[in-house]
Amino acid sequence: MAEALLAADGLVKRFGGIAATDGLSLSVEEGELHAVIGPNGAGKTTLVAQLAGELMPTSGRIRFAGADVTRLGMAERARRGLARSFQITSICPDFTALDNVALAVQARSGHSFRFWRPARREESLRAPARAFLDAVGLAGRAAVPAGILAHGEQRQLELAMALATEPRLLLLDEPMAGMGPEESARMVALLGRLKRRCAILLVEHDMDAVFALADRVSVLVYGRCIATGAPDAIRADPAVRAAYLGEEVG
Amino acid sequence: MAELPAGAAQTARRSVIPRLAPARLALLLAALALLAVPILAQLLDQPFYLRFATRVLVMALAAISLDLILGYGGMVSFGHAAFLGIGAYVTGILAVHAANAEPLLLWPVVLPGSDNAFIVWPLAMAAAALAALVIGLVSLRSSGVHFIMITLAFAQMLYFFFIALQKYGGEDGLQMPARSRFGAFDLGDKRVFYYLVLALLMAALGFCHRLVRSRFGMVIRGCRQNERRMRALGFPTFRYRLCCFVIAGALAGLAGALLANSQDYVSPADMSWQRSGELIVMVVLGGMGTLLGPILGAAAYLLLELVLGGWTEHWAIIFGPLLILLVLFARRGLWGLVARPEAAGG
Amino acid sequence: MTLSLLLEQALNGIQLGTMLFLMAAGLTLVFGIMNLINLAHGSLYMLGAYFAAALQQWTGSFLLALLLAVPLSALVGIAIEIVALRRLYERDHLDQVLCTFGLILFLNEAVRIVWGPVPLRMALPASLAGTVELPPGFPYPAFRLAIILAGIAIALLLYLLIAKTRLGMLIRAGAADRAMVGALGVDIARLFTLVFGLGAALAGFAGVMAGPLLAVQVGMGDEVLILTLVVIVIGGIGSVRGAFIAALLVGIIDTFGRVLLPPALAQIGIYVLMAAILFWRPRGLFPAHG
Repeated sequence: MAEALLAADGLVKRFGGIAATDGLSLSVEEGELHAVIGPNGAGKTTLVAQLAGELMPTSGRIRFAGADVTRLGMAERARRGLARSFQITSICPDFTALDNVALAVQARSGHSFRFWRPARREESLRAPARAFLDAVGLAGRAAVPAGILAHGEQRQLELAMALATEPRLLLLDEPMAGMGPEESARMVALLGRLKRRCAILLVEHDMDAVFALADRVSVLVYGRCIATGAPDAIRADPAVRAAYLGEEVG
Repeated sequence: MAELPAGAAQTARRSVIPRLAPARLALLLAALALLAVPILAQLLDQPFYLRFATRVLVMALAAISLDLILGYGGMVSFGHAAFLGIGAYVTGILAVHAANAEPLLLWPVVLPGSDNAFIVWPLAMAAAALAALVIGLVSLRSSGVHFIMITLAFAQMLYFFFIALQKYGGEDGLQMPARSRFGAFDLGDKRVFYYLVLALLMAALGFCHRLVRSRFGMVIRGCRQNERRMRALGFPTFRYRLCCFVIAGALAGLAGALLANSQDYVSPADMSWQRSGELIVMVVLGGMGTLLGPILGAAAYLLLELVLGGWTEHWAIIFGPLLILLVLFARRGLWGLVARPEAAGG
Repeated sequence: MTLSLLLEQALNGIQLGTMLFLMAAGLTLVFGIMNLINLAHGSLYMLGAYFAAALQQWTGSFLLALLLAVPLSALVGIAIEIVALRRLYERDHLDQVLCTFGLILFLNEAVRIVWGPVPLRMALPASLAGTVELPPGFPYPAFRLAIILAGIAIALLLYLLIAKTRLGMLIRAGAADRAMVGALGVDIARLFTLVFGLGAALAGFAGVMAGPLLAVQVGMGDEVLILTLVVIVIGGIGSVRGAFIAALLVGIIDTFGRVLLPPALAQIGIYVLMAAILFWRPRGLFPAHG
């Protein structure tokens, strides 16, 4: 049986006396879009931080692409093909959108101890960057400083940057946060197009998006995964309804 | 001598919208002014102007090196003067040993003294670079105020170390027996020395200009804006920032060697934390992250010190509030007044 | 080293430590709660010493000088906070460093203008001018002992203030999460001013007590500032408890360093300590923020 692309096994993360992640196991297969949902405080962002390498779990293991990456940092995991977007937009605000994506491309093209040639004139960086901007729908905004882009555009930019590192797995932490209905629909369409390019772990609150896109859904409550399965199965699962969907209605 | 800031202010008044023309014009005027200084000094029979301008250029080089890590790299180092001092001391110590014809015992190596610029100045840069490597290795693991403090701490360590070196003057400092020998040129001739410093400054400026626009430069500038994002892209940010820190240290070391020559004297005061603070002021006053700004800043700072000091020995009482006002209201510095910087940082 | 010499140096180290604690407590609170690097803290120490020296010359009484100089220092501190430092709370650390650096230049020069460049001397108060016979049988200067006792008393008072009063709770909350405290409806501006004034009073007190021991001169604030910064970084920014432990550590190591080591190494001892601690714990021993 093929090993999953990403496998978190028995993750525990304590902050003082509180276990934000409490024995969580999760896996993402090659090419699938796996959504993670859960009520506020369920520990979704803590999970993403541990998977990305920003936080070290108190115990448990994480395997990615056949190797144990539990003790590796963010940069090392990114180099192995694990890209992420941040819940609160995280870009280089003084650089243009194109600069930002070109940096992502640069990260994948060898070391950067090159001191002489102007990076902005390297077509080997700029051309792919333009292509990625185009793919997320930001082609016309390439020369705009990222800091003054609209909120939705910044989220698109984050996605472009993550894609430009040519990841095997994309960790998306609430990419539609703060977006209006139109922007959200655009993002959903975009994610749909990206689905087959790489595996995606999508943490989201937007249920329409989740059920439209996901191959599998996992439900997080109090730091552990209480159910995993196809979207319809999850929707029907009584435990899930009680813990999560029930809360929303009530 | 005073034409640099005046010329820039003139062109700023003249036109506001097209940003290329006034900035380029200002640069041209400035370059001409710099070239003309020794001639002017001779015409006006004021050798002091030449000495002063030389000092400005040397400090400008130090300020540019700090701008690399501060303005472009976002690393607020409160110990940059230490590298300046190391460069100066290496130069001075080797010169003293050369003059006394006794070798310097640095176990296990026996170094003869030297006053040959082609040997001593690269050594000064190497020593400063080595210090930057060690200091950077420890300090760059911290960020924010901890980084400020730890760079300050290391600078203090070096400062007290050199004060304790009684053999080389201790607190009183070290006289340079003679200026470095630079091939066929006599650096004792103040005009020759001035043009050499100017040439080196221009070379350093050109190097830094390429550096900050290169792949390496983009990584460094990205780290200033969002280090976490850079790591998330896969960049091992530590090694790049360390490399930048070392390069800046080496350049400051060169400035130190030139400082020792221009002052004919080396002292621990050149590496005090107050001196590090002055360097930061020069960079911010001139305009962080612009390379040319620090040159303006060094000139403006030293001019202010000179002019205010001429009016009253209590010039600090004016300068202090001036600095506060600058930080509160003119944060982009002098260069920010002259040229509207490209949003993407040029 | 004989036992009595060892004890004497240990006590000197503790005395230096308590002085540093007085400085560090104020600075770390200001830093922890308002996120403000205040390089001018040393200047408040200097002002305390100068006020006391002047007042002592005028009234002839050390006690009176002490009782007046401390509130004066607090007032100057509050004035500085209101006029200059308020605008810096929102700024980044570099801006704060530069502004307070400018403040140092200004205050140093102002003092030089008012009192001249010649250091002032402060006389030891008559009641504490002698020595006290300590248990193993050696005499120790009474004044230094008074400093130690005063420092410990103030540390206890601070502990009570921070741990047992409502103001203290606000201070602890503010050090941990400044935004929350504002959101709770507390008058942040007043809290900040109060904390700053408290820090200024402590610094002034340290200055007054240092006056008779050291020369009262313009640069005295700068030297103690660096030591204080080292203390709060080692102790952990925002933590008064950390400041207390770090201050004693720094005081003892610095004192013994000067006595035991050759001059070249003596001064650098505490910096080596700080670098080592930051290497092992990049945020200090007891960081207040989580």
